[in-house]
Amino acid sequence: MSNSNQTQPKDFGYGEEQDMLKNAAQRFISDLAPLEALRKAIAGTEDPYLGEERRGFYDVDAWREMTALGWSALAVPERCGGAEMGLVTAVALAEEIGAAAMPTPLASTLQSTFLLREMATPEADAVLTRIAEGAAVAWGFSDAHGSLHPRDTSVVAEQRLLSGTVHFVQDLQKADVVILAAREEAGLAWYALDTGGDGVQLVADRIVDLTRDQGRVELNGAAGTRLVDPGAGEPAFDSALPALLTLVAADIAGAAEWMLQATAEYAKTRQQFDRPIGFFQAVKHPIVDMMIAADQSRSLVYAAACAFDFDREDALRLALLAKSSASDTAGFCANRGTQLHGGIGFTWESDVQIYHKRLMHAQQLLGDGVAQRSALAALL
Amino acid sequence: MALRDEYTTPEAFRTYCREWLEANRPEPTRMPLPQAAYEVTLPEHRDYLVAWQRKCYEAGLIATDVSPEYGGHGFDDFQMIASNEVRRAGVPYFINWIGLGMTAPTLLAHGTEEQKRTYLPPIFTGDDIWCQGFSEPGAGSDLASLSTRAEKDGDNWVVNGSKVWTSLGSLASWMLLLARTDRDNKYGGITYFICSMREQGVTVRPIHKMTGESGFNEVFLEDVVVPDHQRIDAVGAGWQVAMSTLTSERGAAKGVGAVPSSESPMDNIEALIALAKTTMRHGRPVWDDAVLRDRILKIYERTVAVMQNGRRMGVPALNGGAMRIPLQSKLVGSELGQELHQVAMSVLGPAASLYVGDEHARADGKWALGYMNTYTGTISGGSSEIQRNILGERVLGLPKTK
Ligand SMILES: Cc1cc2nc3c(=O)[nH]c(=O)nc-3n(C[C@H](O)[C@H](O)[C@H](O)COP(=O)(O)OP(=O)(O)OC[C@H]3O[C@@H](n4cnc5c(N)ncnc54)[C@H](O)[C@@H]3O)c2cc1C
Repeated sequence: MSNSNQTQPKDFGYGEEQDMLKNAAQRFISDLAPLEALRKAIAGTEDPYLGEERRGFYDVDAWREMTALGWSALAVPERCGGAEMGLVTAVALAEEIGAAAMPTPLASTLQSTFLLREMATPEADAVLTRIAEGAAVAWGFSDAHGSLHPRDTSVVAEQRLLSGTVHFVQDLQKADVVILAAREEAGLAWYALDTGGDGVQLVADRIVDLTRDQGRVELNGAAGTRLVDPGAGEPAFDSALPALLTLVAADIAGAAEWMLQATAEYAKTRQQFDRPIGFFQAVKHPIVDMMIAADQSRSLVYAAACAFDFDREDALRLALLAKSSASDTAGFCANRGTQLHGGIGFTWESDVQIYHKRLMHAQQLLGDGVAQRSALAALL
Repeated sequence: MALRDEYTTPEAFRTYCREWLEANRPEPTRMPLPQAAYEVTLPEHRDYLVAWQRKCYEAGLIATDVSPEYGGHGFDDFQMIASNEVRRAGVPYFINWIGLGMTAPTLLAHGTEEQKRTYLPPIFTGDDIWCQGFSEPGAGSDLASLSTRAEKDGDNWVVNGSKVWTSLGSLASWMLLLARTDRDNKYGGITYFICSMREQGVTVRPIHKMTGESGFNEVFLEDVVVPDHQRIDAVGAGWQVAMSTLTSERGAAKGVGAVPSSESPMDNIEALIALAKTTMRHGRPVWDDAVLRDRILKIYERTVAVMQNGRRMGVPALNGGAMRIPLQSKLVGSELGQELHQVAMSVLGPAASLYVGDEHARADGKWALGYMNTYTGTISGGSSEIQRNILGERVLGLPKTK
């Protein structure tokens, strides 16, 4: 059981630089009012799930601005034109994106960045350079059953032509490039493809969460760029996994905090039986439990990010713990948040439903709490 | 040379503490010590633990940051280092945990110069053991409804009433006493005193716990004389002072001594994992049972989270306000400990029935005993329900429950 804490900074490596970025992101995002924009985009489609169009809603201009601010390239190595910051910084931003339930390909692009960094090849660097130039990148490996590791991919590469289908790819409609795991005779590799390329068919899923888009990539002999040699694909994924998990957990930590604050606020203002409902302990105590859950997840997210940047040996353990905690927090805060809002929280008009669905979605991404703990068991 | 001139950097002091604890770890007692200082009653244990506390005090591990005028070692901010090393070393607890954890911070914040000079040094050495006389038969969670009376008589106060659940009451020389000095003012009618346990009119009667142990007591106060110079802060200011004592009790304030427990939460969860790996069921370790293992790992996750919460307290930009995490620590720590022991019962299965003294009991019955004693944490010092009220009201601003 590794508990090495010696090499890690006490303050999680969170300094002035990170704080400035976090505050700037807060201001920038609150000016954008992403939920209002989302509301406008889905207006008149109270039943958008059943519409013909399966589109992901997002503000393209806001994304361009964010790339211009350098946020999407913050973890891209300097040699590829980025700021070469670590996961601690990326997490500071991801938490704000979650807190705003913002539809954006930022999270996927940051995750792709950490995955590409671990590949450390000229081909991967070329994709990193495109990120620095403003490209949005999605990544995936899942089969139709939602497998949690690329070794189970159903995509096969022969002479660098890919066939098969990758499911559950996040932000697919927003992406310029998609990175996919593919099996070759000599082992697992990763490929990059332009989303508009020949033999690449993108099919959007009809998903519950209105703040994201997701889809599958159907490949019929599509030509891709091989990013790592066969066999090197698994180790690259495994060493990036702590970052991938922690970024999802950070999104949850932000959204859970929103749910907590919104529910506490509602409990102070909504009056029943001549009192604000927060007076009643059957309301008050579960809100406190939401805070406890959210705080534990947040602390683990910071610890995991710090370990990834400063103490790689302990990074996987802490990332599994962070996602384990965050997944359960997502389920719990979504559940209590909606329940304690009463009927209003169940309506289409309420922002609570938007966060509820975002939390539900993130809860399952890369595996829920049980899945993380079952992976953790092998480490202890 | 004073210790503080000898060890000027945190690293040097940490190394010193670690090496000292390694070299001075005491021999175990003949009769095993209770799991926590709450249950100490035997003179043999008391003498052993007082000697141990004195040794640690003299070595600088207690009152590390307290000024030398009050018997402290005068370091700047090294108590945390000493306390962490004590916890890490797994050495016996300090018997005077109420004196160190409650009296000392209360006196430092509210005591007179005279009181600090008189009472603090013997708290640190362990010569004077303290107890806390807050709860009464009619005043538990609603502490401010207490009815023990103190009436002014010249330069003295005369106290009548009774206290209950008084931990260490049978060993203590002094009590932190809350008494009513004004019947018509619930909160503003309480005054805080230092009461001698050796005074005429003080009767201590032990109460037994569900574990079969004792440690807490009924204390009857009959015309007990308390000199006015043993009053802490103003007449009627007792409630505010009590709140600061309780903040210390709940671990939400910086202590001046070390922690009372010699078991860290990380030790407990690691012991539980080891138990699951070595307890066989259906010919396989319980650890192989996916359902139980998931419950264990959920506790492991929360244990690590609590430790990382502690780390986050030190990072103002990330801690969500100064009191948000500290006010959670007692609630979360005690409930986590309780759930951990409940899971241990499931791991043990039918063997969970075996108690201390049974030759087949795992770890000499410490799991069952420990399980029962976790209710100390969830009930005393403000129950978990009261903690949730406090968090909802003070941190989240929800309307007050009466
Ligand atoms: C091992 C142990 C050691 C102790 N040591 C000391 C000591 O040294 N000195 C001392 O002064 N005291 C001590 N106590 C007493 C302790 O502080 C009280 O037991 C505690 O404050 C609860 O009071 P009570 O037992 O009267 O329970 P009650 O207050 O009667 O509570 C009964 C139940 O009702 C709940 N409840 C009460 N009010 C509310 C409310 N407003 N909202 C929601 N739920 C509520 C409680 O949470 C509890 O579950 C000790 C207790 C224990 C168990």
